[in-house]
Amino acid sequence: MRSRFGSQRRLRYAGNARVLLALALLMSAFPFVTAMQPAAAQDEEIIVGLITKTETNPFFVSMREGAQAAADAAGVKLLTGAGAADVDNAGQTAALENMLAAGAQGIMITPGDTKAIVPAIQKARDAGVIVIALDTPTEPMEAVDALFATDNFKAGYLIGQYARAVMGDTEPIIATLDTSPGVSVSVLRHNGFLAGYGGADESAATPTADMSVFAEDSRVVCSQDGQGNEALSLTGMENCLQANPEINLVYTINEPAARGAYTALQAVGRENDVVIVSVDGGCTGVEDVKAGKIAATSQQYPLRMAQMGVDALVKAIKTGEVPSGYIDTGVTLITDEPVEGIESEDTTYGLENCWG
Amino acid sequence: MGDAVTVEQPAARLDGGIRSLIAPLSGFGPFIALLAACAYFTTQTDRFLTGPNLSLVLQQSMIVGVLAIGQTLIILTAGIDLSCGAVMALGSILMTRLAVVNGVNPYLAILLGIGVCVAFGVLNGGLITRVQLPPFIVTLGTLNIAFAITHIYSQNQTVTNVPDSMTYFGNTFQIGQTSITYGTVLMFILYLITWYVLRQNAVGRHVYAVGNNPEAARLSGINTSALLLGVYTVAGLFYGIAALLLVGRTNVGDPNAGQTENLASITAVVLGGTSLFGGRGRIMGTLVGVLIVGVFRNGLQLIGVDAVYQILVTGILVILAVTVDQFARRRQR
Repeated sequence: MRSRFGSQRRLRYAGNARVLLALALLMSAFPFVTAMQPAAAQDEEIIVGLITKTETNPFFVSMREGAQAAADAAGVKLLTGAGAADVDNAGQTAALENMLAAGAQGIMITPGDTKAIVPAIQKARDAGVIVIALDTPTEPMEAVDALFATDNFKAGYLIGQYARAVMGDTEPIIATLDTSPGVSVSVLRHNGFLAGYGGADESAATPTADMSVFAEDSRVVCSQDGQGNEALSLTGMENCLQANPEINLVYTINEPAARGAYTALQAVGRENDVVIVSVDGGCTGVEDVKAGKIAATSQQYPLRMAQMGVDALVKAIKTGEVPSGYIDTGVTLITDEPVEGIESEDTTYGLENCWG
Repeated sequence: MGDAVTVEQPAARLDGGIRSLIAPLSGFGPFIALLAACAYFTTQTDRFLTGPNLSLVLQQSMIVGVLAIGQTLIILTAGIDLSCGAVMALGSILMTRLAVVNGVNPYLAILLGIGVCVAFGVLNGGLITRVQLPPFIVTLGTLNIAFAITHIYSQNQTVTNVPDSMTYFGNTFQIGQTSITYGTVLMFILYLITWYVLRQNAVGRHVYAVGNNPEAARLSGINTSALLLGVYTVAGLFYGIAALLLVGRTNVGDPNAGQTENLASITAVVLGGTSLFGGRGRIMGTLVGVLIVGVFRNGLQLIGVDAVYQILVTGILVILAVTVDQFARRRQR
């Protein structure tokens, strides 16, 4: 009995100590958090939001910078949010809801799961918020007020066309390094590449047209998913080379994947025998084109996307003129070895307009 | 004699009645931390302490909240479940695909979806008790298996046009200006039921006993294998219910769901003061832990702080919570 009381006293003491310690340590974290917050919002201030797929991908970092610059220029407050992974629907949904609660009147989003985010977007639009999709169309595309995006199919198409011209009469043995199954941007670029290589009619290319007819091409001997990430794409390329040592053309979803492919080719001494094409036009990627690692890349303009998005939202909030439909933010083929009949710019232009 | 006292202690703290419900709510670190966070955000923005916003926080917390009930039970037995989010995703995909693609009766589809989650619970529990494998390893394996099955079965397609009967728990009812989601109410009910069983029921005390000292528990006549199997199976049931709540909240069957929820549920349990070493902790603490994460995410967004700082704060809080728990443990010896 006595020992029981004693231990209960000790427990209470421990409980109090716990409370005090937790409280003290929590309180000491608050100044840290306070120091990070921007100036308090005025009631009449316009608030817009940007939700990207992830916080850390340089593409989205550029987008955020472009949005912040445009917001500062327009004198509006920008809230930012993101998912925790490339496809984190719960995280993006929560960010959307929280921005609504914070009073955002317009939101730009690069949807991770293009179908699953639609109900949350619908709720936002029902509450009178203008929602614009950036970079990636939702399914259906009309779920948002407008789409500001690269024509990803065209981006793939341009490098496909280029690759065909460069390969000439050589029989192509193609490897593709994609992101992961079902990611719409990845599918569009991949199919665009095959359409361009196969000489399909470019007018068929729109962001949402069903191009799955191009998905099967017997000249593609290896397709690996590398999450658009250099290390995983390196592994994917190594696997492809193991199975098909004669690969001579590689399509990559983005420039980090292309770098991974190049490293794998270097390891077997074939980096000069293989044509690598890519998409993105980030500054490091354009440097790789200049260095001859990547033959050509389709440059896209995330800063422009974000800027146009913010400007459109501000205009819509102030004047009621809501943007609609698909606005092409442009794509340019960047290569130092241009081909007759295919429009392109060189790496100097590429470096002047690159992002990241 | 000394061993018997050690087994007695957790049971001795569980004296019944309202007191043991109130006790974790007054004078315990996690709840104070939650109140402090709410107070802080209230001072920083007038949008935080509104009915609709608080309802939103609850809504955003309900899925991890229900997952965390199962996780708490498992962690109380000194186990861990890394597969909960993936199993939940599998359950949600199964029930939505069956209803939408195969035209199965929605209620039957729901039962089957919950059933597959329970089956994974039995699988986890079985491997841990019969084959004597460590919970960390087993659930790491079933995490990958569930993830892969989800993607193969769904062919990576999100399932839309889910029937209304399945999304019931996402529906809301009004109290004044505030809409409350049915799923949130269900979450609270489940917490109360679990609290009751853990406190007032012999099975509940056995859970604590097995977590605290499995050998002593076995010697005092508790069938530890059956209990552990039961705990993992019941946890699977909670994951199935969470799957239904997920479908209710998002209105789709999403094969990519649940990836962050695996660790989020463990975070909630730890923040709530439950020890990862088993045998101590309160289910209501887990609820507080879930709400702390939800409040921070919502609050930081409202005041315009970058979302990455929410992750930073969560990390700091987790280490705080474990440190405080260790401090208290050492005091107890």
